[in-house]
Amino acid sequence: MKLTRREIEHIAKLARLELTEEELAKYGEQLSNVLGYIDMLSEADTERVEPTAQVTGLENVFREDNADPWDKGEIEAALGESPATEGRFIKVRKVLD
Amino acid sequence: MERFHGLTIKEAQVKLEKKEISSVELVQSCLKRIKEADGKVHACLSVLEERALIEAREADIQRLKGGQNKLSGIPMIVKDNIMTAGIRTTAASKILENYIAPYDATIVEKLKAEGAIIIAKANLDEFAHGASTENSAFGPTRNPWDLERVPGGSSGGSAAAIAADMAVFSLGTDTGGSIRCPASFCGVVGLKPTYGRCSRFGLISMTSSTDVPGPITKNVEDAAIILGITAGLDRRDATTVPFKVPNYETAIKKGIAGARIGIPSEYFGEGIDIQVRESVENAIATFKKLGAEIIEVSLPHTKYGIPVYYIITPSEISSNLARFDGIKYGYSETSEKSREEHSLIEIYQKSRGIGFGPEAKRRIMLGTYALSAGYFDAYYLQAQKVRTIIKRELDDVLERADFLLTPTSPHPAFKIGEKASDPLKMYLEDIFVTGASLAGLPAISIPCGFTRNLPVGLQLIGRRFGEETILRAAYNYEQATGWHKMKPPI
Repeated sequence: MKLTRREIEHIAKLARLELTEEELAKYGEQLSNVLGYIDMLSEADTERVEPTAQVTGLENVFREDNADPWDKGEIEAALGESPATEGRFIKVRKVLD
Repeated sequence: MERFHGLTIKEAQVKLEKKEISSVELVQSCLKRIKEADGKVHACLSVLEERALIEAREADIQRLKGGQNKLSGIPMIVKDNIMTAGIRTTAASKILENYIAPYDATIVEKLKAEGAIIIAKANLDEFAHGASTENSAFGPTRNPWDLERVPGGSSGGSAAAIAADMAVFSLGTDTGGSIRCPASFCGVVGLKPTYGRCSRFGLISMTSSTDVPGPITKNVEDAAIILGITAGLDRRDATTVPFKVPNYETAIKKGIAGARIGIPSEYFGEGIDIQVRESVENAIATFKKLGAEIIEVSLPHTKYGIPVYYIITPSEISSNLARFDGIKYGYSETSEKSREEHSLIEIYQKSRGIGFGPEAKRRIMLGTYALSAGYFDAYYLQAQKVRTIIKRELDDVLERADFLLTPTSPHPAFKIGEKASDPLKMYLEDIFVTGASLAGLPAISIPCGFTRNLPVGLQLIGRRFGEETILRAAYNYEQATGWHKMKPPI
């Protein structure tokens, strides 16, 4: 399974990763190798096998839809991690032109 | 000064109780040990000398007043992908280099409530992606048994620190072997509890469907003590189970006569180091002497464990690591100029392109590809189906056997750099540890011998929520052999 240069660029774009020329070439080859190995999965007979969704056996775990209050210090600490804030808000560049 | 830092939890509890030592002395002894050994080992990313000593003084004052908890004044080291309030928590990534956790993980909260003191944060493979701790953005950790070799990963710092007695115990996380592999390479005890037994709240998420936090300790009894404290339902993690937490400390002291131990032939095939095999076979003989019954079992889908794991894990990583966007926290490409010049998507791309290291980028891309339109059925869906078969196979075998016994790794610690340039080679390291992770089963690695002066690890895999059984078996084995008492020459 050899990934083309265009495919690698497309994946990087979907993943929101800016990659250098060198990275594109290197990861392309490494990912192709890994996918080549993973391809052995296709030989496993999975007819009538359900995909795993969870392993604990728990079903329908409910809780009240209440927000836990944070104290002021925790809120400030959390907001303080953002590179740009205004009051209690995190600033973001516009999404639509 | 006496080697207080070499104490186990149980020993420290007794000495503190009898006032033979103070918590300040114990913490100082560990801090001194870190200063002396960590220049060579590099197990710690942050050392919290000042606050640890303040907490130790408080613990000593409390004790004089008669107020003490289970772990009062006992120093621990916490893997740096576990949130610790007010303390830098980096996940060994540049993207979180200056991140201060605003709250504690549930397991940290529980251990602090019992009086444990955080003295350092441990190195790891960036975001726990790796089996050698070479993927840390802040440089590799070295194995205390041989500084030219890796400590295993991804909880390499947590395991190396305990092997070198830098604290009384440490915390790691295990997603596909990340507690058991380094415990095996460093000659210490590493327990991966059942998925759902201990809360994941406050772990920096990697693979949400297999991530589990657990202890790395100097003996099995200590692992039982820490599991007893950290286990249990947490309403902040809906995958934790409401089952009663047994008294592990009492449970492990019972014998194992009549226990049925399954030996899966697939774990003893080609590629296993001869001396590793010998050590594990000796362990089987020891278990027979202890009265256990050995039964041969087969897990024919074992070979698919790695391909399944390396689809499911990157897929969940690509989703979990999407939160690092240069907006809310972490590294951001938002200098004044760039904020005006770059669009939102460019800020994402640049922040992530600069902030993430090579392995995180590879896994994000692999996962993005596996989940992308046209490939989902062939990769992710097929992997989850094969996972069902792997899980069913293990569950079936564990109906006949009380637990399974295997090597933790096919060989001892390898040289730094030996596998670093080939990601696939590194992935193959997980061969014996992915099965229990994919099936959500508890597993423990304990020391069972040496090959060329390097520790060998023995893995016991139990039934879902059957930690009691594997801890008891491990404790009985440990008492009969004593490998855990060996210390590295550092």
